[in-house]
Amino acid sequence: MNKDDQNRMKKLLQQALPPVKGDSEQRRDLWPAVLRRLDARPAAPALTGWAGFNSAWFDGALAVGLFGLAAFFPASIPLLLYYL
Amino acid sequence: MQNGESDVLNQFHQGNADAFETLFHQHQRAVYCWILRITRNPAASEDVTIETFWRIYSAHARFEPERGFEGWARRIATRAALDWLRARRTESEFSTEMLAEVAAPVEADPAVTAETRIRTAMAFARLPAKLRIAATLAVIEEQPQKDVAAALGISIAAVKLRVFRALRLLRKDLEKQGITP
Repeated sequence: MNKDDQNRMKKLLQQALPPVKGDSEQRRDLWPAVLRRLDARPAAPALTGWAGFNSAWFDGALAVGLFGLAAFFPASIPLLLYYL
Repeated sequence: MQNGESDVLNQFHQGNADAFETLFHQHQRAVYCWILRITRNPAASEDVTIETFWRIYSAHARFEPERGFEGWARRIATRAALDWLRARRTESEFSTEMLAEVAAPVEADPAVTAETRIRTAMAFARLPAKLRIAATLAVIEEQPQKDVAAALGISIAAVKLRVFRALRLLRKDLEKQGITP
């Protein structure tokens, strides 16, 4: 798809779905609902997510794994970029 | 950053509920508007805004006051809106009112028929959520690419790639329906 095709698609998309007004107001005060939500589901402890699983540790391990994959199999880099 | 604002951010980082309320009232409108740009649904945007502020409060200990609140909140809001898009069925994406709006926008190009606009909107709703959100913010809402990248937590190059893939898939879908953009 060349630049002209992209521009045509962009114009068509803007025609089909015009931008929403950026200055819209919500229809109700959301603070009471936020308070109810906080009461119903108390905030999770910091740095640990689901069932005490440490997401920071997992993110680090995932990054090391992906870096290793890219280092040992450079052909996988386009595939990794595709799924970014 | 002013001292008062900095104090509020530091207090929020410590988990102070009053500081959270202050930040909520300062930023709720901006967060709501950002989410509305993505969902295009006012009622859903209110629910996602509530979810966003719940997530914000839950993550207060990870907040870095020196990096500011707005960008961090926008990133959490984008993630919450993306979860909403993923959970929503494509078929229920468009209400009758929304289809009427799509069929007859305020500044319609007479060269584009109402049917083409509706089919385009529906084809767009069938795209993967992560491509749709990038194209919605960068193409439809014309937000700066660096803001979109920051909100999605990806590079500007990745934003461009997602927009390109979204437009290419959209064109393929329309061509299958006999519409040549």
